[in-house]
Amino acid sequence: MMRVVRGFYSVAHAVKLCKPNVICAYPITPQTEIVVNLAEMYANGELQNCRYITAESEFAAASILLGASATGARTFTATCSQGLILMSEVLYNAAGLRLPIVIVNTNRAVSAPLSIWNDLQDSMALRDAGIIQLYVENNQEAHDVIPQAYKIAEDERILLPFMVCMDGFKLTHAYEPVDLLDQELVDSFLPPYKPKAYMTTKRSLAFGCYAPPHIYMEFRVAMQNAMERAKTIMENVFREWAEISGRDWGGHLEVVNPDAKAFVVAVGSVVGLLRKVVEDLQKEGLKVGLIKLRTFRPFPTEELRKALSEAEKIIVIDRSVSLGYEGNLSIELKSALYGMSAEIVSMIIGLGGRDIPKDFLEKLVRDALAGKEKSGFKGVKEFEEVIP
Amino acid sequence: MRFFGRGHGACPGCGLTIAVRNVLEALDGKCFVANSTGCLEIISSQYGKNAWGVPYIHSLFDNTAAVACGISEALKALGREDEGKVVVLAGDGATADIGLTLHGMFDRNHDVIYICLDNEAYQNTGHQQSGLTPLGEETTTTPAGKKMLGKTGRKKDMIAIALAHGSPYVATSSAVLPADIRRKVKRAADLYGAKYIQIHCPCVTGWGIDGKDVVKVGNLAIETALYPIVEFENGQLRTVRKIKDRKPVEEYLKLQRRFRHLFADPRGKEVIAEIQKIADYNAEKYGLDIKKE
Repeated sequence: MMRVVRGFYSVAHAVKLCKPNVICAYPITPQTEIVVNLAEMYANGELQNCRYITAESEFAAASILLGASATGARTFTATCSQGLILMSEVLYNAAGLRLPIVIVNTNRAVSAPLSIWNDLQDSMALRDAGIIQLYVENNQEAHDVIPQAYKIAEDERILLPFMVCMDGFKLTHAYEPVDLLDQELVDSFLPPYKPKAYMTTKRSLAFGCYAPPHIYMEFRVAMQNAMERAKTIMENVFREWAEISGRDWGGHLEVVNPDAKAFVVAVGSVVGLLRKVVEDLQKEGLKVGLIKLRTFRPFPTEELRKALSEAEKIIVIDRSVSLGYEGNLSIELKSALYGMSAEIVSMIIGLGGRDIPKDFLEKLVRDALAGKEKSGFKGVKEFEEVIP
Repeated sequence: MRFFGRGHGACPGCGLTIAVRNVLEALDGKCFVANSTGCLEIISSQYGKNAWGVPYIHSLFDNTAAVACGISEALKALGREDEGKVVVLAGDGATADIGLTLHGMFDRNHDVIYICLDNEAYQNTGHQQSGLTPLGEETTTTPAGKKMLGKTGRKKDMIAIALAHGSPYVATSSAVLPADIRRKVKRAADLYGAKYIQIHCPCVTGWGIDGKDVVKVGNLAIETALYPIVEFENGQLRTVRKIKDRKPVEEYLKLQRRFRHLFADPRGKEVIAEIQKIADYNAEKYGLDIKKE
C-alpha cells in the first residue's frame, strides 16, 4: 500500500510487522518519533505479545534489550548520537553475547559542540563493536530493511546485533511515498525468533561467562567468522527480499555506470543526490560511476575490489572523520583496495547537518575529476558565505 | 549445592557464597540470575567451569538491574512467567555506585528481586571504597595517613533509597543468618514488583579477618546495631531483629584489620565515637534495643 509517510513511520510500521516482544524507548532527536509511533501502536493494542519499556537512559534501554534477547525475545530500539555512544558499552557486550538485537540509528553528529543535526560520526564510532551496519538511501529502503535485519541477525550462523543506519532529519523527518508492507508478506519472510540457546529454567545455561586467556581469542575469532559468513547469508536474504517484495536494493553495494574509470563512493541519503550529479556529469561527457555502499560491517572488500578493479580515480564522500587521520569511509576504502593503483580522494562534507546542495556536490566531483581537489574538509568557509 | 557452588573459586569463609546458596535454595532454583561484575561473577562464571545450576547471565558491572528488567519483561511477553523469579545478585559497588539502572527498575516496578551482596568495598579489585563502605574503614583508596583516617563519608543508605522509590519489599539480612535470608527471599518472591534485599557478607581478605571469625564478626555487626536487620513491606516497617545487650562498636571494629588504624592512631577515638553515634542512631531509628524492665 503506497502512502506518503515520514521516515519515522516507515520504520515503526515495519518494526510492528516484525512482531517484536520487547521494545525499549528513550527519546533523542531525531530518533524520538520512531518510538513515539511505536508507543501509539502499543497503546492501541496493535503490538501483540509485546512489552514496551520506557527506559531511564539509552544505556538502560540497551541493557533491558540485552536481558530480553538473552531470554529469547525479539527486541527493538532506536537511538543516535550521544544515545548510541551511551549504549556503546552494552552494545559491545551484546555483540559478544551474540544477541541479535535490532537497532535503528538515525545518524546524528556528536558533541561537542552540541549538534542535533546529521552526519555519520555516531555509527562510525561503533565500527569495531561486532555489530552489522547497513546504511539506507531512502525511507522505502529503511522500511524494507527492517524485516531483513531481523532475519539476518537471528540467523543462527550469525547471531549479532544489527544496526540500520538512516540519516537523521534528511530521512527521519522527510515525507516520502513508501509502499508499506503487509503482515502476510512479512510473516512469510520472517519466522518467529527461536534461538537454540536462551535463558530458561528448563536448562541452566550460563551467559556472559568470563574467558581466561586460553579461550578469549577463540570467542573473538568466532565473531569474525560470523561476520564473514554474514556476507553470503546477507546476499541471499537481499535476493529473497527482492523476489518476494519486488524491490531490489542490490547486494552489499550497488554500482551505477560500472564501465567508468572514475567513481564516487558514498553511503546513506547523499547517494540519492549523487545519482543525479553523476547523471548530469555523464550528460556533459564526463564518464563517472557511482558506488552506493550499503553494508559497512561486514565490509564487502571483495565486491569493492571487483567493482573498482579498473578505476583510476575514486572520490569518497565522507560525512565523518577519524580525527587525527581522515574521512572514515576513505580509510576503509584504502584498506580494502590495498595494492591497487587508483587514486582515492576523500571529500569530508556535511558535518553537523551542514547542507549539501547539488551544485556544491557537483562542483566537488567535477574538480576532483580534474585533479583540482585534494582530500579534506570541503565547503567550510566558502560555504558559510552562501548561507542566506 | 544443587544450584550453586560446584567448583566455585571463593576464598574459604566467604560470606557471598553462603548468601547466594540460601537465596537460590529459598527459590528452589526456580529463578533467573543476573549478576554484575564482581567477586561473585569471577568465582563462579569461568568459561567451562560455570558453578551455576540455574540460568545465569553476567553482562556488565553497571547494568544488572536493567538486564534483569529485560528478562522479566521478556518472560511476560513470551508467556513464560511461570518459569521462575528474576533475581539480581550484585555487589555493593555495583549497587550503590555504578549500577545506574537500579532506579529505573524501582521506578517502573519490574518484577525483580534485587539482592545486594554487601561486603562494604570493591573486594574483587583488592579492597577499594564503595558507596557502602562504612565511615572510618581503611581501603586502598581511603588509606589511613597523616591527613586522612580511612573513609570520611557515611555508608550510603540504600534502604532509604529503595523505600523512597516505593519498593514493595525492602529488607536487610546477613550471611550469618541463613534462615532469615531464606524467609525474606521467599516473602519477596510472594510480592509483585521491584524488591530490594541487602545482605551483609563478611569478606575474609578485604576485612582482614580469620575465616573462622566470619560468623562472630557478622553477628557483632548486628549486635552493635551497625548493621540493623530490618524488613519493610509497602513502606511499613514490619520486623526488626532486636538486640538484647547491645555491644559497643569497638568490639566489632577491633577484630578487623580494616579498622585497625582507629586503635593505633590517637585521632581514631573521635572516629570510633562517630561510628558509635551511627550505631546509636540505627538503634533508635529502628527500635532495635530490647528495653530492660
